[in-house]
Amino acid sequence: MMKFARENRLTSWHIGIALTALFIGGAFGPLQKMEHVGINLYPALNNIGIQSYYQGLSLHGVLNALVWTTFFITGFFVFTVSRSWNRELRYPRLNTAALIVMTLGLVSAAVPLLGNKASVLYTFYPPLQADTFFYLGLTLVVVGSWIVGYGLYFTYGAWRKDNPGARTPFIALASLITMVMWQIATLGVAAEILFLIIPWSLGWVEGIDPQLSRTFFWFFGHPLVYFWLLPAYVSWYGMLPKQAGGKLFSEPLARLVFWLFLALSVPVGLHHQFTDPGVPAGWKVLHAVLTFSLFIPSLITAFTVVASLETGARARGGKGLIGWIGKLPWGDPSYAAQNLAMILFVFGGIGGLINASYNVNLAVHNTMWVPGHFHLTLGSAVTLSFFGILYWLLPKLSGRQLWSRKVGLWQAWAWFVGMLLMSNGLHIVGLIFSVPRRSMLGVAPYLQPEWAPFLTEAFIGAMFLAVSGILVYVNVIGTVFFARKLEKPIEMPVAEPLDPTPAPAWLDSWKPWLVGTVALILVAYGPVLFALIRDIASTSPGFKLW
Amino acid sequence: MHINRYEKFWIILSSLLLVIFAAAVATSSIAYGVQVPVPEQRVDPRLVATPGNLFGEPGLRELAPGRYEAYILSQAWSFSPREIRIPQGSTVTFYMTSRDVQHGFKLQGTNINMMVLPGQVSKLTATFDKPGTYLFMCHEYCGVGHQSMYGQLIVEG
Ligand code: HEM
Ligand SMILES: [Cu+2]
Repeated sequence: MMKFARENRLTSWHIGIALTALFIGGAFGPLQKMEHVGINLYPALNNIGIQSYYQGLSLHGVLNALVWTTFFITGFFVFTVSRSWNRELRYPRLNTAALIVMTLGLVSAAVPLLGNKASVLYTFYPPLQADTFFYLGLTLVVVGSWIVGYGLYFTYGAWRKDNPGARTPFIALASLITMVMWQIATLGVAAEILFLIIPWSLGWVEGIDPQLSRTFFWFFGHPLVYFWLLPAYVSWYGMLPKQAGGKLFSEPLARLVFWLFLALSVPVGLHHQFTDPGVPAGWKVLHAVLTFSLFIPSLITAFTVVASLETGARARGGKGLIGWIGKLPWGDPSYAAQNLAMILFVFGGIGGLINASYNVNLAVHNTMWVPGHFHLTLGSAVTLSFFGILYWLLPKLSGRQLWSRKVGLWQAWAWFVGMLLMSNGLHIVGLIFSVPRRSMLGVAPYLQPEWAPFLTEAFIGAMFLAVSGILVYVNVIGTVFFARKLEKPIEMPVAEPLDPTPAPAWLDSWKPWLVGTVALILVAYGPVLFALIRDIASTSPGFKLW
Repeated sequence: MHINRYEKFWIILSSLLLVIFAAAVATSSIAYGVQVPVPEQRVDPRLVATPGNLFGEPGLRELAPGRYEAYILSQAWSFSPREIRIPQGSTVTFYMTSRDVQHGFKLQGTNINMMVLPGQVSKLTATFDKPGTYLFMCHEYCGVGHQSMYGQLIVEG
């Protein structure tokens, strides 16, 4: 069998499922925005079994934020890790089993979602109570993703045995750190579902403690966003400089950045709970401060990635203080999509700084500002980067050329413009008018005429996004089924370090970082969780209010 | 490990900026008396709204001239009371809980923002110097009627 045939097939399946989920979940985005300006298509959707705005929003959140991301990322890592070592998976069957478990989980969660039995949104806060299969399904997706990780760790062990003392290549190391971070983070949601939700949803216990559930959820919920973002960083650091004809500016720092994310992603989750009644203020402040430290690795990223891209632009003849920017490969859709994603991430990052500020958070918490923020981060920095990655990865996997580079470019720019408009409108209505998120605004009795211009702006943005989204699928289908065969094979772009001196050993060493990570989590979460568990009050019966 | 001069400068500068930012957030939080809900009281959501219990008779209570307590009960899909009237310059302490699922409370144009959870009492205090009508809206999804869950605080001049 051809080398990597199994890995390619696995990655293709992961990505195929991810794209299918995004297609269905994404379709609700424009529908929501239309509803907000009074174009209510939900009655028509009744005919295909979508019974409410909120059922649609549950599908939008779960399929986009949980399914598209997790399936894409695990599939991408199977690819990046094995190529980075130029080594096949140690136990390919284990990774096949992982994919099967994840897929069973997806089916188990999707059936109640589509049947309006789990319209609890992607945060599924108790005591809203979904069908048990919804929770079981999510659990299986998570467990399957753990098994993907085990498959990669076994392969790591085998590589290490053959290469004692060698530095783990950057792409493999960064992917593995992300996977380990995910395995620590998901302990929170696993605890929530297995210990609190499932016994309650099966009726074994009468009630649940909503505050404790939320705290377990956000233990997972914040690192979740870094699980989405870091694969994009893997590409920005490890691949994009090569695509721009340059090198990775400071490879050791890139490694440091991933270790810092491992250590700092979890012990900040309470910044999602500043307004929760059951959490003492001191712990909120501690998490707020730790959150600020979490900006440092992202600021290092801003410098290193831009400097790396600059080496490429200058090698291509770029001149001047900023004139080199014009020499970046803007005509390459894979490059353009990811560079535009980075620009949107700058705005997303600034918004994040604001959200994290203990005091300003009160102005924006749970308003439309928040979807404005995470469509720049998750919806753009991450999703648009993944589209950019697909523009080389799909040809690689299918052995066919990208169907249309031009369509790819149009797609990226339409996303960029659409997202600027939509997020601007959402940020403004949230900040200025306190418009709540997760609300069927078009029929809300509190809808006010002053909101209209901004809701309309967001609506126009959503229409750009809808077109852009369709262009993604046109290109995917065109590439996989209709495009011409590749003339010469494609390999994963791997940026060489600018300075060939190997990174110091402490940047390739798990133990100190893992110990530090666990210690930080114990300090930042131990006492809070201990008190909440000690005082657990399982007094809330389940409700189905949809 | 060699780090480029400019990059070192960038890292130091951005760390400093973040420290300043964190300090600014901390001092302004103290200076402006920023308050977030903190553990106040645990209640049984099944009983809390029954007669004789804390939220048995939700509503506005005057403690002294210009000082009020507002007990607001959240339930799918309304706040009770839905309307509160106070004179300009009053100080109001809001006490909130839910008798069913999670809700949220945001008083438009102010920093009064809290999660309202069954089993917990959320408490915040504010003074209202500007007359006008302030909407409060539920900002956590609470079922298909979520968008109709709101009320208003009227500050009379
Ligand atoms: C086609 C482009 C898209 C449009 C027009 C769109 C629009 C929206 C709107 C208007 C909301 C707020 C709904 C509300 O709060 O009532 C929303 C929520 C959300 N969107 Fe999107 N979206 C799009 C794509 C995406 C993508 C690509 C992702 C992630 C990969 C995403 C993830 C989410 C999430 C997680 C929520 C929050 C759901 C919740 O509150 O439970 N969206 N979207
Ligand atoms: Cu509500």
